[in-house]
Amino acid sequence: MKEFTLIFRMSDFEKVKPSPEEMQERMNWLASIASQNKLVDKGNSLIPNAESAKTVRSGDVVTDGPYTEIKEFIVGYVIVRTEDIDEAVEMAKTNPIFKIGGNVEVREVLKRD
Amino acid sequence: MKETESYNELLPHMFRQEYAKMTAILCRHFGLKHIEIAEDIASDTFLKASEHWAINGIPENPTAWLYTVAKNKTKDYIKHLSVFESKVKSDLDSNKSVQSDFEYNEQIIKDSQLAMIFAVCNPANNYESQIALALQILSGFSVEEIANAFLTKRETIKKRLHRARLNLRNNNFQIRELTKEEIESRQSTVLSSIYLLFNEGYFSKTNNQLIRKELCFEAIRLTKVLSDNKLTNTSQTNALMALMCFQSSRLEARTDQKGEAILFDDQDRKLWNKLLIEKGNFYLRNATIGKEISKYHLEAGIAYWHTTANKNKWRSILQLYNQLITMEYSPITALNRTFAFSKVYGPEKAILEAEKLKLNENNQYHELLGYLYTQSNIPKAIEHYEKSMELTKSEIEIKSLKKEIERLKEKTTSNNVYKK
Repeated sequence: MKEFTLIFRMSDFEKVKPSPEEMQERMNWLASIASQNKLVDKGNSLIPNAESAKTVRSGDVVTDGPYTEIKEFIVGYVIVRTEDIDEAVEMAKTNPIFKIGGNVEVREVLKRD
Repeated sequence: MKETESYNELLPHMFRQEYAKMTAILCRHFGLKHIEIAEDIASDTFLKASEHWAINGIPENPTAWLYTVAKNKTKDYIKHLSVFESKVKSDLDSNKSVQSDFEYNEQIIKDSQLAMIFAVCNPANNYESQIALALQILSGFSVEEIANAFLTKRETIKKRLHRARLNLRNNNFQIRELTKEEIESRQSTVLSSIYLLFNEGYFSKTNNQLIRKELCFEAIRLTKVLSDNKLTNTSQTNALMALMCFQSSRLEARTDQKGEAILFDDQDRKLWNKLLIEKGNFYLRNATIGKEISKYHLEAGIAYWHTTANKNKWRSILQLYNQLITMEYSPITALNRTFAFSKVYGPEKAILEAEKLKLNENNQYHELLGYLYTQSNIPKAIEHYEKSMELTKSEIEIKSLKKEIERLKEKTTSNNVYKK
């Protein structure tokens, strides 16, 4: 089994705060993976607001807000355990984030030990 | 005459609890290393009680009577046994000076019981051994009774207990007032042992209703010892207690007179024990004063919703199962979560969820799929129920599965008649 980090990205600040229904949908998605014993780490949500995010650049340059050069910002991550990347991609496809214009980046975890 | 009759009822009940308490007090006196001496004196004391009370009736204060006898027996023991001088005393002397007299009062009894619970729920032993040991030492069950509860051979239980006792003796745990550090480092083990003891009763393999109830109520009694002590009366202790009260409230309703399981929806709610539900509510309120959420909190929450007739409860139950499964995976939680999912989103969507679980060797997995297919695909439902029958060892389950398969088969034939 391999481990993959699913990185959630959004481009619309307005839609980040979920409604109770959206919250329930997200929990259902996460619990579905956990029910298959494939959840390694339920991860965290990352707050994208200006007062909760800073970006630090070379030369002591600090700007407010998350890194948005690609017009997107990271809102959270989850780590799953699957046979291969295709299975992780299939999991990502069922995430409700697509309903609110987000996307998911799937990245294999390099395990050092 | 009346008194000699009632002693027959009083003694076995009293025997267990008082025997366990007395053993704990004597262990405080002799040290865990000599638990056998403590047990010998305790059982001698109760033997004497059974003889004496049968003839003379029950004394006015039975507990005081028992402790006086135990004290005398301890004195005799120390006086007469020469082995004590040469072997035991030197061991004991290294801890504290041995007196032939020992103290007992409500507080000492409580402290010793608590310490004994912490001694027995010892990570040095695996959970199976811990539970067997807890039943023997903390609850005064005989080897026979433990073997019946586990549906295991007497010899196996004997061996298990023997090994566990060796570990216990070699582990230098002191039966005395516990320190805060000891409690903090051991309490989660203690709670999970009690939790497993309860489940052993609640989901027992045995058909014997009496044994099941006794295991459940022993788990509750031990948790009460924890909640009565300030240091162990934690949020998790209260949550566990709430969970066990809610579950136990249905003990009467969940089996019929033949010991066959009655499904939740078919249970007679009038048989649910209201007092236990109220107690559960009380402990659940205590448990939710802080911010902590443990698996006991989540399970108590689920058990709470089950005691209500609220129409929207399944949504809340699903949410709690969602949290529970992301906290700790277990096949049974995954199955229960999927059942709750079906109650909220219907069997069609739940089948998709269920088939992802891939618990092909699990009888309950096939039972769940059988249930989910009942409405849409009867042959498939029967197939899963049959698979579940192959996998289970429980006679009760086989019976109720057979019944369900019969019912489905009748349904298909009567449907065919309509079509004609």
